[in-house]
Amino acid sequence: MNKTVNQKAWFLVLPVLILVAFSAVIPLMTVVNYSVQDTFGQNQFFWAGLEWFEEMLDSDRMWAALGRQLMFSGIILAIEVPLGIFVALNMPKSGFWSSFCLVLMSLPLLIPWNVVGTIWQIFGRVDIGLLGYTLDALGISYNYTQDTFAAWATIVVMDVWHWTSLVALLAFAGLKSIPDAYYQAAKIDQANRWAVFRFIELPKMAGVLMIAILLRFMDSFMIYTEPFVVTGGGPGNATTLLSIDLVKMALGQFDLGPAAAFSLMYFLVILLISFVFYTVMTTIDAKEG
Amino acid sequence: MDWMAWTWPTAIFFICIACTLITFTFLAIKFPETPRRGVLGMETTRGDRLFITLLGSAFINLVWLGIVGANQPFALIVCLVYAAAVFRWV
Repeated sequence: MNKTVNQKAWFLVLPVLILVAFSAVIPLMTVVNYSVQDTFGQNQFFWAGLEWFEEMLDSDRMWAALGRQLMFSGIILAIEVPLGIFVALNMPKSGFWSSFCLVLMSLPLLIPWNVVGTIWQIFGRVDIGLLGYTLDALGISYNYTQDTFAAWATIVVMDVWHWTSLVALLAFAGLKSIPDAYYQAAKIDQANRWAVFRFIELPKMAGVLMIAILLRFMDSFMIYTEPFVVTGGGPGNATTLLSIDLVKMALGQFDLGPAAAFSLMYFLVILLISFVFYTVMTTIDAKEG
Repeated sequence: MDWMAWTWPTAIFFICIACTLITFTFLAIKFPETPRRGVLGMETTRGDRLFITLLGSAFINLVWLGIVGANQPFALIVCLVYAAAVFRWV
């Protein structure tokens, strides 16, 4: 039988809880307040009940944005995670080149989002950007302001460029923590490269990889700045992801009520997915013991 | 009530949540428990089950609103059934 858990230590996080209350909980409560009311500014509110939630659930605009968002997160995870592992496996394990690679890999992570957006916005331009100009010169039609596929390719490649390093660094940390004895045992058993990866490296990396997937999923699901700077949500609505749509609604149209209802549903989805990820992660950890 | 655009329904909603949290904090101190493994195959404590209940209830309400679209209070009955199920089997 398991021992009972003593949860009293949680009281030690009370100071943080107070900080979080002011920075997150109370603002979130305000959003709940807005979601059931209508306002035309000047701090005047009118009761609207569940109207906005109903409107949002029926809104094709929101479902379309959610679809695009899931597609975006799915694509970047499918690229970044295997690529990050591949990079980590091929990085020098020690010495000067190892440190060099680590620094080089961290560089994209240090660049602010809007700068990344600007870099790619210029990089992809057909008139002055290196990428756009080169593709155009090769006869490939590429224009991210008019062509949906080009716009998607640009924001996906941009995100891969910006964040694969994070997955690679985490995977590298996981790899470094594997004692040599495992590899020696594998050698004695004459395990091939794939078996070493499948039965030693991958299980040992599982924990950090889950963290990487969780971080990348959350970040990409809430992404705003980069695609906004590059495509502004266009062409048409092709790259209008959830947060871009939300900002358009809340600040562009000043529809605080619907926007609040929208953000609450957005929040619930993120909370649910994070909870599932977290649970899977801790269950895996517990199994590995 | 003007502060943060409070309304009675939202205030009552948050007071209920706060009371639930306080009750569960009290229970956790007074009656320590062992985590158990339920139908979902994960270890849960009372607090975890409360979280699953609250999160699930939010989705039940949204689904009810989206599909039925009327008589919202009945969604709360579904939530209660769901809550009982979560606390019994998860």
